[in-house]
Amino acid sequence: MTSIPGGGAPLTESADPAPDLGTAAIRTAEDDSARGSARPPVPGWRSLLPTMTPWLGVGLGLVGAVVLLGTVGPLLVGDPIAIRDQGLTPPSAEFLLGTTQTGQDVFAQLAHATRSSLEIGLIVGVLATALSAFFGIYGAYRGGFADELFSLLSNVFLVIPGLPLVIVIAGFVPREARGLWSIAVVLALTSWAASARVLRAQTLSVRNRDYVFAAKVAGEPSWRVIVVEILPNLLPVVASQFVFSIVAAVLAEAGLSFIGLGASNSLTLGTMLFSAQNGYALSMGAWWWFIPPGLVIALLGMGLSLVNFTIDEIINPKLKNARLHRKRALRAAALERQLTRRHRVAAPASASTVDAVREETVR
Amino acid sequence: MSYFLRKLGFYLMALWAALTLNFAIPRLLPGNPVDILVAKLQQRGGSVSPDAREAYAALLGGDTDEPLWSQYVHYLGNLLHGDLGVSVSYYPASVTEVIGTSMPWTIVLVGLSTVIAAGLGVLLGAIVGWKPGTWLDSLVPATTLLSAVPYFWLALLLVYVFATVLHWFPVQGGYDLALTPGWDPEFIASAVRYGFLPALTIVLASVGGWLLGMRNMMVSTLSEDYVLTAQAKGLAPRTVLRSYAARNAALPSIAGFAISLGFVVSGSVITEQVFSYPGIGSRLLGAVSNNDYALMQGLFLYITLAVLGANLVVDLLYGFIDPRTRARS
Repeated sequence: MTSIPGGGAPLTESADPAPDLGTAAIRTAEDDSARGSARPPVPGWRSLLPTMTPWLGVGLGLVGAVVLLGTVGPLLVGDPIAIRDQGLTPPSAEFLLGTTQTGQDVFAQLAHATRSSLEIGLIVGVLATALSAFFGIYGAYRGGFADELFSLLSNVFLVIPGLPLVIVIAGFVPREARGLWSIAVVLALTSWAASARVLRAQTLSVRNRDYVFAAKVAGEPSWRVIVVEILPNLLPVVASQFVFSIVAAVLAEAGLSFIGLGASNSLTLGTMLFSAQNGYALSMGAWWWFIPPGLVIALLGMGLSLVNFTIDEIINPKLKNARLHRKRALRAAALERQLTRRHRVAAPASASTVDAVREETVR
Repeated sequence: MSYFLRKLGFYLMALWAALTLNFAIPRLLPGNPVDILVAKLQQRGGSVSPDAREAYAALLGGDTDEPLWSQYVHYLGNLLHGDLGVSVSYYPASVTEVIGTSMPWTIVLVGLSTVIAAGLGVLLGAIVGWKPGTWLDSLVPATTLLSAVPYFWLALLLVYVFATVLHWFPVQGGYDLALTPGWDPEFIASAVRYGFLPALTIVLASVGGWLLGMRNMMVSTLSEDYVLTAQAKGLAPRTVLRSYAARNAALPSIAGFAISLGFVVSGSVITEQVFSYPGIGSRLLGAVSNNDYALMQGLFLYITLAVLGANLVVDLLYGFIDPRTRARS
């Protein structure tokens, strides 16, 4: 997940010193307003990085765990397709996730399948993002006929249901000819449209800014204007679309494999579910066979979506403001409670201080 | 008026693109589907007249010396007459008949569950987004788990828990096979019972997306001036929520219906397979595994037609709901 900005984001938000409620509660009202200037100025580039939130932590953790399973896992486990005479054994020390009907190690399969699913996800993610960038950004930049044409094309692709189309295409291709790459290309071809529309809308708003005009007037070639002047403004959007298309690709591939139309001779999470379904894992109650593959997909998808949340906050600062505002409100409410309690205990309630704090929080 | 004409034109264009894709795919890809089809037909004891072979060739391309454009005209002509060929796997039923019996199942299942999911998601999203910062709101990211779950896996889980272990619902099928399909209460009750788990799958898997989109729009809408004005006027919070904030925040959810519907249809195709539901999805997959190309293409056309139609209706409605879209075009 290299393109996600701020893997190790500085903890700007939580590094904020917690107000010391014990010592001087009354001080904090004035302090809060003073602290803005007392804090060293935050460098500009930092405001581009996402702030660390618990959910972002969860997301990065989930993605990291799945990626680890897919990269390191295959090196540590045994042969995923070796057949033993211990069919359908529940999880044990020898087989962490039990065995399949034919005695294959489910955990070994899971590690290898995660790797292939991630591979497909990445390939499709890159291809689909490239396609959507071309049709979305280039079209919007050129304007005129090219824009009309590209925008029509992406709208048409958007309303044609993707998976049925992929199924029809896969149905016509003979089984032997269905490789990992051909599946990836078909998935990319049917999934770029939504991103292209988003990118087009963003490009349209960036295209008419003064510095873009200046670059054009200065005689810069159009590829340079796009790459140097426009693209940096779109990076968060592109990153978000990239992450989204990985999730969509992993899901779509799993669906295709589950119905037996995936890449031949490959072992992905979808293929595992396909064999679990056909091996009557469900009616035999072999939960260890069909639950883990889906769980890995779901957790990977959830992790990437959570990462996307943070990217969304960069694109749409209103979302972030709402969160920060809520945080301040919560802190103020806690302070107020603390204050009233202290006053009730120590001295006769001084209404004026409480009111001062309340005013501060309202502001 | 020009807004509606433009929309209509766009969907006609999309339909034409789908038809052309359908024409091009079997001709561009390797293999000779006509031979496979004819061989299958003969296995089933059907006599293949030269006429039938020609009809397949018009549909799928292959062994004719006709130039491509005249094949194309021929193909479009056949479609206009509603002639989609004969299904191999349901021989001697025609493709249109097979689709006719399976389409209602899917339309009711997907239609109902999409409407339920959208309604529920928008409602919950409005409530959660109205007060950003409550503990409820901080749980919103957890809904991404629901939207990241593969439809068919969720279906497997539900079958395992509710059908295999608890025996509350039947494992698969669309209705009790002992009954004859019809509009009698007994049959409808059985169809509802059999359709519950598939519908639950679709609702659970798609509600998260609606909720999240609505919640984010709600948060953005709350900082608009007209919401502030409404609050300053002293209107009841419930009125502000319903008539000022939620109304405007729901617009993108409605406009984004196209994208969601595509996802839901894709998901339901595989969900139907898990439940062996007698709808379009299972037929499509059955057609693929039986090399029933004519049925495959016919199904794809009808699925596309249904999705395009639903989108057209939503777009036209949207023009009424949000007059700005009409003014702009």
